[in-house]
Amino acid sequence: MTTNKTFLGVPVARPKVGFFELSSCEGCQLQLLNNEATLLDFLSLVEIVRFREGMKEAGDEYEIAFIEGSITRADEEERLKNIRAKAKLVVALGSCACFGGVNQLKNRFNDLEWVKKEVYSSFPIDTQEVKPLSAVIKVDLEIYGCPIKKEEVERIVTALVLGEEIHHPQYPVCMECKARENICLFDLGEPCLGPVTRAGCDAWCPSNRLGCWGCRGPAPEANLARLQIIMAERGISPERMMDRLECFGGFADFVAEVKGKKEDGR
Amino acid sequence: MKISCDIDIKHLTRVEGHGNIRIVIQDGQVREASWEVVETPRFFEAILVGKHFENAPYLCGRICGICSIGHTLASIRAVENGFGIMPTVQTQRLRLLLKHMETLQSHILHIYFLAAPDYLGVGSVLPLTRSHPAVVQQALRLKLLANDICDEVGGRRLHPTRTVVGGFTMLPDRYRLGQFRQRLQASLADLDASVSLFRSFSIPDFQRETEFVSLNGNGDYPFIGGDLISTDGVVKKEQEYAAMTNEYMAEWSTSKLSRLSRKSFAVGALARINNNFAGLLPAAKVIAKELGLIPINHNPFMNVVAQLVECVQVVLESMQLIDDLLAVPWQEPRQAVEVREGIGVAAVEVPRGILYHCLHFDAAGRVVKADCVIPTSQNHANIRHDIEELAVFCAGQGKKDKEIELLAEMLVRAYDPCISCSVH
Repeated sequence: MTTNKTFLGVPVARPKVGFFELSSCEGCQLQLLNNEATLLDFLSLVEIVRFREGMKEAGDEYEIAFIEGSITRADEEERLKNIRAKAKLVVALGSCACFGGVNQLKNRFNDLEWVKKEVYSSFPIDTQEVKPLSAVIKVDLEIYGCPIKKEEVERIVTALVLGEEIHHPQYPVCMECKARENICLFDLGEPCLGPVTRAGCDAWCPSNRLGCWGCRGPAPEANLARLQIIMAERGISPERMMDRLECFGGFADFVAEVKGKKEDGR
Repeated sequence: MKISCDIDIKHLTRVEGHGNIRIVIQDGQVREASWEVVETPRFFEAILVGKHFENAPYLCGRICGICSIGHTLASIRAVENGFGIMPTVQTQRLRLLLKHMETLQSHILHIYFLAAPDYLGVGSVLPLTRSHPAVVQQALRLKLLANDICDEVGGRRLHPTRTVVGGFTMLPDRYRLGQFRQRLQASLADLDASVSLFRSFSIPDFQRETEFVSLNGNGDYPFIGGDLISTDGVVKKEQEYAAMTNEYMAEWSTSKLSRLSRKSFAVGALARINNNFAGLLPAAKVIAKELGLIPINHNPFMNVVAQLVECVQVVLESMQLIDDLLAVPWQEPRQAVEVREGIGVAAVEVPRGILYHCLHFDAAGRVVKADCVIPTSQNHANIRHDIEELAVFCAGQGKKDKEIELLAEMLVRAYDPCISCSVH
């Protein structure tokens, strides 16, 4: 590690970091550039040796690897294993990396050949069932969200640099939403996964009057049985609830249990 | 001529997504010159099948991390066209303002972070924070302003939250919108400085005649909906988009490809200006002329200049949109939505060119079939033919390996490709 910053007079290590992407929209990496006001401060905390979307130089020595996206092809598994072998710490960046994200919605069909044909008709195309990073390598830390919240990344990276322990909130989005004194979306007739989704986004969507879609996955004590009752009481169809629960893959176990079997494309 | 080179770029840097460039020249003869798209597909069109309409804009926004607002708005327009919903004037103005600010954000990101380092002789924006701090600061100010307005209008800069079928979940704050009007006014100075910076760049002098496709502005500058036109004289209706894009596959690309009157065509800022120069505001027109951009321009490197001209256009139009919005009392943000069976097509000009979404619905409002045609997928074949021509041009001039490599990279970057988006 290179040392040229101090914190309260104590030298602070500046870790070498690399950013990588598998199948994704690359939006989570762009979120890092999207906080213009603090960007330069953030950059001073770490030494970026690889960030293909932003820089030509590509270093192969890094201590922390931030990896965005999910695995959808065999060559991605190989790339991922290589990164794991080089990095001391692997961070899954965003919902695609943590749970498969929106990409894993294609796993809900029972016939992968139908999925390929629907998009590419007879043209041969290589793809496999979507997997999160943890299905192939050991992941040391997960940063949730679609997209990730830049403030949260900055907080986590600062903690990493200072050697502090990282804590994710244990409570659901509902708590943050209440703290912001928002109107409850259920009272406006909107479905919302706020009661079961892990907090940390400061109720990003509900504060904009969009019900939560569960992109951060379940809170540790998510009461999904109760969620079904709340939705039913409010007259929200099981289909709309399931659309949200299955959207990012965080609730995959519960979805599989409720749905029982996979869908036919046609 | 005795020049030889062997260029093999795997996963080109400073572009969105994964593409490869290969150029082999032996004794002055081009043996190979190619652009390859190796991105993994995510199958959005299959994912949408069976999903209720409200999923479409939410999911489609996630096709792209740079132009998520454009995808969301195209998907919403496809749903609304399918259901026969006409958005209110207020909704139309807010959507256009939101899209303009995405265009500003995306163009500034490309101009300064992805393209400019080549013109300033560095590998990324990082060294520029020390060598050209004022330039970096003006880029960050412009990008921040655009993103702040996206947050205010769309709820979030990336994967917007307030944009729904029928309008918006909530409206921006009127007072803050007025403040943004002032910041837009002030940003014109930063755009002026950007124009001065561009005057110092030497844009490669490379021409290859091609066809340019965009929306037709009918006297205005085009952004959402309308007829589809090309510089070769093709005119089609929005719902005839498939006859404009003619998608096909080739073994060198996981993205679909397009052609129209020739073997390939181009979309994007340069295509929009080539087709709609007359619709530019006077101030934007002056800058275009000053930077040597006069239609029809066949130099693909000039797309970056076209983007800068569009930055001026969207900032001026956004100030007018805010004036119009603030001149009247506001209505409810969201219209009622009634589903019906049918097909909805949307054509929207997003930062990288014309984007089409087409959705087929059953009577319950569920998606039966989906089709998205992405700007970069329409550009891939044109990029490949440009690379071929560039290789011949370089071989003819006896350029060195490093020069050829840099020019090829700059050429692809000039299109501002969004590769993961193109494969989706």
